[in-house]
Amino acid sequence: MQGSPTPNKWIILGATSAIARAFARQCAEQGASLLLLGRDLPELKRIAADCAVRGALDAQAMALDARKPGQFQAIIERLKTSSDILNAAVFVGSMPEQAAIDADPGLIDGVVQDSFTGPARFLHLLAPLLEERGKGTIIGVGSVAGDRGRVGNYVYGAAKAGFATYLSGLRNRLGRKGVHVITVKPGFVDTSMTWGIEGMFLVASPEDIAASLHKAVVKKRNVVYTPFFWRYIMLIIRLIPEFIFKKLSI
Amino acid sequence: MRWKNDELRGWGGALKTQATLARPERHSALKATLQDTPCPAIGARRSYGDANLATHAIDMTRLDRFISFDKETGLLEAEAGVTIADMLNTFAPMGFMPATMPGTGFATLGGCIANDVHGKNHHLAGSFGQHVESLVLMGADGKSQRISLKSKPKLFRATIGGLGQTGVIISARLHLAKCPAGRMVVHERRMEDLDAFLDAFNASRADFQVGWLDMTAKGIHMGRGIMEEAHFSHDRYIRPKKARAVPFNAPGFAMSRPVVKAFNWLYYKRVPEDGRDVERPLHKFFFPLDGIRHWNRLYGKRGFHQFQCVLPDDEAPATLPLMLEAVASSGLASPLSVLKRLGHGRGGMMSFPMEGFTLAVDIVNRSAAKGLLARLNELARHAGGRVYLAKDSSLEAAYLPDMYPELADFRAEVEKADPSRAFATDLVNRLNVRG
Ligand SMILES: Cc1cc2nc3c(=O)[nH]c(=O)nc-3n(C[C@H](O)[C@H](O)[C@H](O)COP(=O)(O)OP(=O)(O)OC[C@H]3O[C@@H](n4cnc5c(N)ncnc54)[C@H](O)[C@@H]3O)c2cc1C
Ligand SMILES: NC(=O)c1ccc[n+]([C@@H]2O[C@H](COP(=O)([O-])OP(=O)(O)OC[C@H]3O[C@@H](n4cnc5c(N)ncnc54)[C@H](OP(=O)(O)O)[C@@H]3O)[C@@H](O)[C@H]2O)c1
Repeated sequence: MQGSPTPNKWIILGATSAIARAFARQCAEQGASLLLLGRDLPELKRIAADCAVRGALDAQAMALDARKPGQFQAIIERLKTSSDILNAAVFVGSMPEQAAIDADPGLIDGVVQDSFTGPARFLHLLAPLLEERGKGTIIGVGSVAGDRGRVGNYVYGAAKAGFATYLSGLRNRLGRKGVHVITVKPGFVDTSMTWGIEGMFLVASPEDIAASLHKAVVKKRNVVYTPFFWRYIMLIIRLIPEFIFKKLSI
Repeated sequence: MRWKNDELRGWGGALKTQATLARPERHSALKATLQDTPCPAIGARRSYGDANLATHAIDMTRLDRFISFDKETGLLEAEAGVTIADMLNTFAPMGFMPATMPGTGFATLGGCIANDVHGKNHHLAGSFGQHVESLVLMGADGKSQRISLKSKPKLFRATIGGLGQTGVIISARLHLAKCPAGRMVVHERRMEDLDAFLDAFNASRADFQVGWLDMTAKGIHMGRGIMEEAHFSHDRYIRPKKARAVPFNAPGFAMSRPVVKAFNWLYYKRVPEDGRDVERPLHKFFFPLDGIRHWNRLYGKRGFHQFQCVLPDDEAPATLPLMLEAVASSGLASPLSVLKRLGHGRGGMMSFPMEGFTLAVDIVNRSAAKGLLARLNELARHAGGRVYLAKDSSLEAAYLPDMYPELADFRAEVEKADPSRAFATDLVNRLNVRG
């Protein structure tokens, strides 16, 4: 269309997550295009229909399993034909109970694939497209759990830490080409991941987290703790000397 | 599916139960949950008493997607967890809105169907369920079917206003109404006493009408209040900002007699003697209390009851004064008391509306509340009236058959739909709704 600005397309990995759904809705209300990715195709189609009603320019769903990188190229090929401004947001992640992992260390590979290597391989294929166009934003959702290994969920934390380091490098690479990369570290969020788990506090709503992501895009933030106060909580937790930390179970 | 142990409270907070809650985030999880542990669905928990309480329950609020919308006809299909405010916010800019809306935008589509709610335009638009074209109902076995008034008249009429007893409402198709503007012009007038109020309602031709009552006023002032009549203005719709919340339970004196009396006096005098016109955005007119989230905490930890009844036209003028007198002399009145005319529109066997006047009063949960509520329930029954189950926390089970004449048909239909009684809630058990 002549005269109208190039539309934004958001590619959302793990679009069935409650945080991702809220984020996608807000994109839809801004009139963006959406490509929703994840394993549960019927559910992704429902989310796409919802986004279409709410004002998305276009909303499509495609299957993506972070553990099957062989599927990624087909999605990338499809994106090559799009003339939109490409943006991506990664919400994929999994957090089996630490006890389950202790019983079956084989689960570690899956956690690392879901929260780190799967998304990283996808972003690695996608990055040249954004680089070439010289614009766009990539959001990677990590976790405060990645800031320090804790007895309760250190495998998940390790995967998130790996992802955060990857994102830091990607930002370093793409920043000079006009593409912005944001690392997001949410605290506790009220989703199926935390539902019914004891000991949750300061739990934020998915809508508030999603809104903070949109704000981070506009303000071109690099690393975002959300809600903001987690930056200070994690600062304190990171400052605890290791000889003390190793005795704590927080 | 992980379950969460939580204390469930109705909106009034006076009734509560220790519950195990599931909150499916996707369709397949809902189905699996139901097949594993069949139990009632609940929405945004805006019913006041125990309609939304059960030892196991499925929270539907995360299944809140729009499925399709026809911009020409206004036919919307949506999942049961979408809220009234979400529908208004999304479709008002396209010129549509729910044909009728309860006084809170937080209520869900499923909850509005299951209580067949009414709005400030009930006399013209009828009840919520009358705008539902069809719905998808899931049984305790996880199997779902689409039903409409045409395809399954009895099951459909047992589901509209059916308190969730026929199964879990998954989604519904409903006709939205035209929304010509983003603001309402509200004409406010002082009503000196109950007579003036009833006359004003009988004479009013306004599309939207609601009356606020000063329940602390006695003697010749009894029944005084403010009449609001409204129609659409011409302005564009503007999305509301996020509401502020009451952060914690207020101390006990917040709703004490002198505080409420002073508040009510000021509220009454705020409208000039010869009335005034004010413009309000849609959400402020339709959901006046939603501007302060968790306002129910103002009643403190012990909570409150809401009594709402409808009285037939010929009985209302005699019975309402007795009710107002009982409330005023109890000292348990709160600032939130509403008087309204209802039309005859109702969508289901257990729907609340009938032609007449409806009175809604919030009553602080102190020890005298029990006696007062018993008196009000008795007065309503005696007058051939009906108590609203969405609000109820105190009715006598024995009154139910008189108040709800289609109860026997409802029981028969529900028995077929849910023979294992998986969907019974605390209210349903307390009032022996299933027989
Ligand atoms: C401030 C305020 C103002 C109000 N004003 C009005 C008014 O003007 N008119 C009016 O009619 N009501 C009014 N109400 C009452 C409210 O509209 C009803 O109680 C409504 O049913 C609440 O919806 P909910 O989503 O909170 O349902 P809940 O209270 O959670 O549940 C209500 C019932 O619906 C059932 N249910 C919920 N979802 C489903 C589903 N998906 N499938 C099957 N069953 C389901 C539950 O089992 C329960 O029986 C008001 C309430 C408040 C707090
Ligand atoms: N909830 C919190 O408190 C919290 C705190 C900090 C960070 N986070 C992070 O926020 C993100 C969203 O989590 P959530 O809380 O919304 O929980 P969630 O609903 O469990 O979301 C996890 C998402 O990851 C997807 N996923 C998992 N494995 C996948 C795989 N192999 N391939 C493709 N997709 C896969 C899931 O999609 P499908 O199963 O549909 O395929 C789902 O959309 C996660 O990265 C999580 O680690 C959450």
